[in-house]
Amino acid sequence: MSAEQDTRVSAGGLVGMIQDIGRKLAQGEAGTLLVLLMVAAIWTFFQFQNDRFLSPGNLTNLLLQQAAVATISIGVVLILLLGEIDLSVGAVSGLCASVMAVLVVQRGMPAVLAVVIALGLGALIGLFNGFMITRFQIPSFVVTLAGSLAWVGFQLLVLGQTGTINLNDRFIMGLTFTYFSPLMGWVVAALGLAAVLGFSLLGRSRRKAAGLRVGSMQGLLFRTGGIGIAFITMVLVANQDRGLPLVVFLVFMLALAFSYLTERTRFGRHMFAVGGNAEAARRAGIKINNVRIIVFMLGSTLAAAGGVLAASRLLAVNQSSGGSDLLLMAIAGPVIAGTSLFGGRGSVWSALLGAIVIGSIANGMNLLAFSSSVKFIVTGSVLITAVTIESITRMRRVGERT
Amino acid sequence: MIPDSSNATGSASPLLELKGVSKAFGANQALSGVDFEVDAGEVVALVGDNGAGKSTLIKAIAGVQVCDEGTFYFKGSPARITNPQEAAALGIATVYQDLALCDNLDVVANLYLGREQFARGAARATYFIDETAMEQNALKLLDSLAVTTIKDVRVQVGSLSGGQRQAVAIARSLLGDPCVVLLDEPTAALGVSQTEQVLVLIKTLRERGLGVVVISHNLENVFEVADRIIVLRLGRRAATFDVRGVSREDVVSAITGAEFGVEADNDNHMETA
Repeated sequence: MSAEQDTRVSAGGLVGMIQDIGRKLAQGEAGTLLVLLMVAAIWTFFQFQNDRFLSPGNLTNLLLQQAAVATISIGVVLILLLGEIDLSVGAVSGLCASVMAVLVVQRGMPAVLAVVIALGLGALIGLFNGFMITRFQIPSFVVTLAGSLAWVGFQLLVLGQTGTINLNDRFIMGLTFTYFSPLMGWVVAALGLAAVLGFSLLGRSRRKAAGLRVGSMQGLLFRTGGIGIAFITMVLVANQDRGLPLVVFLVFMLALAFSYLTERTRFGRHMFAVGGNAEAARRAGIKINNVRIIVFMLGSTLAAAGGVLAASRLLAVNQSSGGSDLLLMAIAGPVIAGTSLFGGRGSVWSALLGAIVIGSIANGMNLLAFSSSVKFIVTGSVLITAVTIESITRMRRVGERT
Repeated sequence: MIPDSSNATGSASPLLELKGVSKAFGANQALSGVDFEVDAGEVVALVGDNGAGKSTLIKAIAGVQVCDEGTFYFKGSPARITNPQEAAALGIATVYQDLALCDNLDVVANLYLGREQFARGAARATYFIDETAMEQNALKLLDSLAVTTIKDVRVQVGSLSGGQRQAVAIARSLLGDPCVVLLDEPTAALGVSQTEQVLVLIKTLRERGLGVVVISHNLENVFEVADRIIVLRLGRRAATFDVRGVSREDVVSAITGAEFGVEADNDNHMETA
């Protein structure tokens, strides 16, 4: 077992890198690499079936389609980290988007204010969920499943008899349909890459100065190089079409912010603790109910944000906004990309990666004009497979200790 | 056997002393008028059969369960322990049998759970956890306890062995700089070599001048590590032994309530009856 080896002083170079990967595999955390391979396989498959799949236009569409799902998924990840679930994110996204649309179109409210109110409504719904779950000890899936029905009802009520509201507000349209100029796209990518490399090197040199074990330099450069290639490819492809979409940048910044919250702050550490062992967290003096309530509020607020983005892309809200398979996609994505359904393990980035995986499958099947029956069967199978893999890793981890 | 009233530590006031502690759960009198004391630099083993009141007594000291009657003295002066925070403030740390560790977090995160260190200076405003400082301190702490079995403090606790997990739990209890450490069954479910590691660790705590209270069913371990043995039976303090002048049979008969010699056989008969 890796714990028994003398790894305090790591072997440098390639050997150290392989040891690192081995350790992560043993702890079930090499998910990212596997997911990237999965994306490559899916893309290759669809590209062979239809050579428009990897065209700049279609890839940009894929990103635009998945921006809303990815945003909702970030919130889902936060809740999954606690070992809870929120089945109302789809309905909440629909209701909040509807409220925003009504305020803008029927009440003539400034769009920015309407969006803020929609997010506030999301936070309020999250507060309600968190309160019911902590105060009355009701399992979260029950509260949010029941709530989900009620929110759909409110959505129908708010939309009234027309049932559909078209949006032509410049701000709301601009969220999705704004693109960076080619030059600006490159600047953003360069700044992002510089930040990634800078912070990695800074952290590494701090640890080295403190006399702690540091990962191999090759590993760091390899990772940064991978991220760099991804950035450059994305801008290169996007610039051949309409340019890097603003919404992609926004979702990325959102993920960055929540990744910081979960990985680097005390609150984030306490989220992982509650998801890993709530009793241990309680004994360590963590106010676990406060953590739960705040996380449910964040989850619903992000669902509302996702609803606004979805409305912005469709330029409308209707009675089925937030319905259909949106909820399932938003939960399935992170799970496919390695966030545990059992709490305590996962990453905000899995929301983005998962949205790409799920989106690629859906987009590809649409391009090949598969019938709904096939699409449902394929998506369902992918989901079951992902959850099974996750469960097997978990069983192995538990078995390892005894 | 030494009578209850006189303890082996002499006349100076002990580090922690409990007098006349009683606790009832409905009709069940879990503790009745129990005295207890532990001195600095001493390992006290608390033994007794199931239901003798060991856990209830530990929980009373840890502040998890408030006792019905009884007074606490800390370093000679009266003290109040009605909740875990008050116990911690006095310098009493508890390592529970289930260890209360988060398997999904690494050793450093577990050690510092609930008291994470923030970055200093301007970076404080970012609520950034100072992982570097925490890791340095974690390594220092484990070194000072001579815990050599945990090489990598960034490995998840879930992948550690039972002995390593116990070491993490004990090290964690020391972060608050306690005077008294309570250990609930620290060697239960451990293999031979891992038990040995934990016992060495308990001796290290004694050398540091801490008062250590160990609940254990395993008399072999008790004799190896303890200075004094306090026997509880049916909620009363049945006996106190200095470990140097007592045989295992004496302790067993105090636990079971049998008298010396032949009665031990009687006891066996009673069990089969």
